[in-house]
Amino acid sequence: MNKKFVKYYEKGIKYLLALVAGTSILILFLIFIFLFKEGIGIFAKVGILNFIFGMEWLPASEPPIFGAMPMIVGSLVVTVGAGIIAIPFGIGIAMFLAEVAPRNLREILKAIIELLAGIPSVVYGFIGLIVLSPIIKDLFNLSSGLNAFTASLVLGIMALPTVVSISEDALNAVPDSYREASLALGATKWETTIRIILPSARSGLLAASMLGLGRAIGETMAVLMVAGNATIIPHSVFDPVRTITADIAAEMGETVQGGTHYQALFGLGVILFSMTFVINLITDLVFAKTSNIQRGAQL
Amino acid sequence: MSRKLKEKIGFGSLAVCTFLAIIPVLLIIAYLIYVGGPAITWEFITQPPHGFLKEGGIFPAIIGTLGLTTGTIIVALPLGIGTAIYLVEYSKQNFFTTLIRIAIINLAGVPSVVYGLFGLGLFVLMLNFGRSLVAGALTLGFLTLPVIISAAEEALIAVPDDYRNASLALGATHWQTISRIVLPTAMPSILTGAILGIGRAAGETAPIMFTCAAIYIPSLPNSIFDQVMALPYHLYAVATQVPNVPESKAFGAAIVLIAIVCGLNLIAIIIRTKMRLKNTR
Repeated sequence: MNKKFVKYYEKGIKYLLALVAGTSILILFLIFIFLFKEGIGIFAKVGILNFIFGMEWLPASEPPIFGAMPMIVGSLVVTVGAGIIAIPFGIGIAMFLAEVAPRNLREILKAIIELLAGIPSVVYGFIGLIVLSPIIKDLFNLSSGLNAFTASLVLGIMALPTVVSISEDALNAVPDSYREASLALGATKWETTIRIILPSARSGLLAASMLGLGRAIGETMAVLMVAGNATIIPHSVFDPVRTITADIAAEMGETVQGGTHYQALFGLGVILFSMTFVINLITDLVFAKTSNIQRGAQL
Repeated sequence: MSRKLKEKIGFGSLAVCTFLAIIPVLLIIAYLIYVGGPAITWEFITQPPHGFLKEGGIFPAIIGTLGLTTGTIIVALPLGIGTAIYLVEYSKQNFFTTLIRIAIINLAGVPSVVYGLFGLGLFVLMLNFGRSLVAGALTLGFLTLPVIISAAEEALIAVPDDYRNASLALGATHWQTISRIVLPTAMPSILTGAILGIGRAAGETAPIMFTCAAIYIPSLPNSIFDQVMALPYHLYAVATQVPNVPESKAFGAAIVLIAIVCGLNLIAIIIRTKMRLKNTR
């Protein structure tokens, strides 16, 4: 082969791959553009503050009213609820896996948790609807088992694998010399775990929690099926709620392209995108700190 | 309380916590299989539905999901591997690569329903694909991209530099080294990560709700611009949208969906375990 040709061929491949790598930037940019392009109309019509803080969401009334607050509250309630379940359990399981479980048991448990992570959200929603909600209904003597509590429970279970696997990585990343030093000073394994390992892995555990919350807030199908879907501000955890994600999924089918309702749903998409963006940003900052700490430990 | 006792209680409660979280979920899945198992017959898997989902099987939904999965692979695998090769083998740390990394991290955090909105706006409406297999596959492909990039990057980084140096020293060009030495070495572990990501895409519902899936199409699609049935959306529809569908049909659909997704995951886990054993030997 001609030498010059080889040189151009190599260069061509490099630029082609650079182009391919650039698609990620393009996709994020396009997502951003499309959400705003389709959603900007509602902010203009209703006003940004009225849209975000409006207490009523009545797309079918005449004239329709679009206030996103019930859904924003709904999303926050089930996300916090999911966090209360997934974070302590997730970190507890990660501690068990990283510090206590014998090797065989650990491998089996990790495989199970990975399979749980793979189960589609619509299946979790189905299980919540058919199995869990009747149990919750009877247990607490409610008129319906489809409410914020059930949704939190299902979301918590769904976020668990994320929290476990990242927490476990964080715990494993603590250098063994820390463990050995603590044990050599006469501390028990439990004291070492609680007072040395946990604090050292703090930022990794925080990142795991944030990613778990991020998973929960963006979850759609499961909450659509089990949260009860009432567009009201809930007064107790046993009230039905509707999340931002569920509202988009439930109502997009009824809208006319470019209509006010259609724009309002893209407006909700903008709010949701912004919320997850903030969660990601915090996680990134925490993660950056983690790697600095680890770098510090190596020096 | 003695310190030893404290340790026993502490570790004991961690174990309890682990089994408390995992066992009920396993029990529920076992219950699902127990109740839905009898619904799964040869007819259920190979026949189209009729009587608006109340009778017949789920064959078109299975085919639709397999079609979407294939489309996801076609979209995401070349883009993902290409991006990873560029990041690991070609680029130095610069503004462009920083931008790519920020984009990947943020794409990974975008909720699936937002991908659905994006797919609706871009593919269905603007590019005028309509609700179709191709619009759904593109949306799912983009959703899966960050997972595949990360998996491929990790796999490429794990290839020892000695391999590259040896190849280059023998006079191979940069691209020959990558395509004949680095990529084949990294391939099994790239595929493991990719299969996990694609398994997740196969179970997604929200992104295909507005871009592709239909509740009831007994016939199979003729072209990639047709709407299709898909298993996850089918399960959602029979569980909540369509009245008077026998519950066993929903249970059956759930089991088939779990089987497809977990089957993919299992393949990935087996490949990985085999590789681990080979590497430790």
